[in-house]
Amino acid sequence: MTNSINELEDSEVIFVIGSNTTEQHPIIGMRIMNAVKKKGAKLIVADPRKIPLAEYATVYTPIKPGTNLAFINGILNVIISENLMNQEFIKSSTEGFEELRASIGKYMPEAVTSITGVPEDTIREIARLYAKAKTASIVYAMGITQHVTGTKNVGALANLALLTGQVGREATGVNPLRGQNNVQGACDMGALPDVLPGYQDLDSQAAQEKFAKLWGEGFAWGEGKSLGEMIEGAYNGEMKALFIMAENPMLSDPNLEHVKKALENLELLVVQDIFLSETAKLAHVVLPGASFMEKDGTFTNTERRVQRVRKALVPMAESKADWEILCGLMKTMGYSAEYSSPAEIMEEIRALVPSYGGITYQRLEKEGLQWPCPDINHPGTKFLHKGGFVRGLGRFTVNEYVESTQQPSEEYPFILTTGRIHHHYHTGTMTRRAWALDREHPEGYMEICPQDAKKLGLRQEGMVKVSSEIGEISIKVKITDKITPGVVFIPFHFGEAAVNKLIGQHHDPVVQIPEYKVCAVKLEGVR
Amino acid sequence: MRKVLTTCGYCGTGCNFYLNVEDNEIVGVTPKNDHPISKGKLCVKGWQGHSFVHHKDRLKKPLMRQSDGSFSEVSWETAYSYIGSKLKKIIKEKGSEAVGVLSSARCTNEENYLMVKFARSVLRTNNIDHCARL
Ligand code: SF4
Repeated sequence: MTNSINELEDSEVIFVIGSNTTEQHPIIGMRIMNAVKKKGAKLIVADPRKIPLAEYATVYTPIKPGTNLAFINGILNVIISENLMNQEFIKSSTEGFEELRASIGKYMPEAVTSITGVPEDTIREIARLYAKAKTASIVYAMGITQHVTGTKNVGALANLALLTGQVGREATGVNPLRGQNNVQGACDMGALPDVLPGYQDLDSQAAQEKFAKLWGEGFAWGEGKSLGEMIEGAYNGEMKALFIMAENPMLSDPNLEHVKKALENLELLVVQDIFLSETAKLAHVVLPGASFMEKDGTFTNTERRVQRVRKALVPMAESKADWEILCGLMKTMGYSAEYSSPAEIMEEIRALVPSYGGITYQRLEKEGLQWPCPDINHPGTKFLHKGGFVRGLGRFTVNEYVESTQQPSEEYPFILTTGRIHHHYHTGTMTRRAWALDREHPEGYMEICPQDAKKLGLRQEGMVKVSSEIGEISIKVKITDKITPGVVFIPFHFGEAAVNKLIGQHHDPVVQIPEYKVCAVKLEGVR
Repeated sequence: MRKVLTTCGYCGTGCNFYLNVEDNEIVGVTPKNDHPISKGKLCVKGWQGHSFVHHKDRLKKPLMRQSDGSFSEVSWETAYSYIGSKLKKIIKEKGSEAVGVLSSARCTNEENYLMVKFARSVLRTNNIDHCARL
């Protein structure tokens, strides 16, 4: 997030797109509801499902899955044509406006309506509400990123904030909500194929010299394969070994059969986890890791707040904290890894990552710190881009809409979209074993609207076979008027009805996020 | 009873709470009233998502696959040295780009950092990623 969770309560307008906030980030959802109820904030919600936040919205609009980019470009079009931009901000703090203007002309509300299903007047109303607000925040999650156009969607939202100057001030900004608890930290630490820790450039001479002091000369500083490319590499035999820590790609990856074949192809698959996950079942070696309750460390939340995780329990049986396992392995392989505690690892991190430079366990003892926190006296940073952008000017990007590869056809007339539900978390490795949570939602289901259910003769709680181009699953029917006709929804936590069996290999060409949110399917009742 | 302040392991909101511990078992959760984000509130996962830690299916020892396809329990030393020598052999024969690591958005910053160091400095491979995209 460019801004902080608490600032949401001071926003005049909050625009939520592609985030079922109350389900996925309940406490942030609550904060948004408070903003509306107690402080009179105006809420805009765009989502294919009538999510709970829609009840609080000044404007709620359903939107056809896969058309966010056309919709956002439509809003940009209205802001430009009605001259609602923040001219001063554009002049002083941005570049590339003329290119944006030229690209956006064709996204007139009339044109965008037929693509997105959002009425023309609603597009105009949203544009005016957002642009005219003194402070407006954008909140989004994986409904924006899990598309073939994911990167462009994010770019378009940034354009919206730049065009209106809704960034770099309190209670504004572009605020992605991270799904898993430490996605932010994993990225900050450089668990990515194309950057060093702290997002430092791989080919920066200065960074290389700095890292070589602690990592040794000759460390690998090239760009590597992404998760998807590694799976592909395993499939075609290029990759021979994979070491997977606490992830379960056998459930969370698209196209499970393909992933299974790929992993089975490896000469060495090591999986470190707390349960024998679907992925661990395929491994040559399984290492028992510890849960967050059994170790010390830090997590970084979605607003860049680094906070302590404290060991409450001794790890189960002979399991070990994941950092200890990594140290053990490094030592066995002849490398020094003499860390006595995670606090010592943090000392190394702060020496290498400038934005964590002032973060020590001693300071974190009292309260978390939001990065950038470059030195020991720095109080941390509530919102980014105050008084200008780090890299000079904020750059507008041109993001042309392309139709999703998944369009309803005669054979596959419905659009399937996927996501999370409140009681479960990602692939369910943990939540499905917490009895109090599993009791509430013990099995998978597919949401469908009453009209469509009637047409197909589907009954509440009956079974339906869902097939796509690449696979099929059977699953229970849940009829609800909260979903748009022509669209069905399946949460992805359940192994026995793994929705990812249906989802193909299309992904965003830039960051390769699989297209989870849109998939054309056929539905047949099962007796 | 001990009360241990910690950060929720379920979503990116980062709520804090106390785990109430007795005899190495979680017996309850107490929210933290003066935490800047959670302000004494938690969602159902923060309140009730902890019993998995004591689940009987938890992995208890390293497992290695045998020639008949089944798993058997082994010591940490055996597991480490098998993985270490196998990785070295593959890197020697096929180059370091034939190996890769996947880190985790569920693990701590320190663990993610070590995983990156393990990949780039020990294995000398560029192939490091995690599941944020999913
Ligand atoms: S208590 Fe709920 S909202 Fe808070 S961090 Fe945990 S899962 Fe997220």
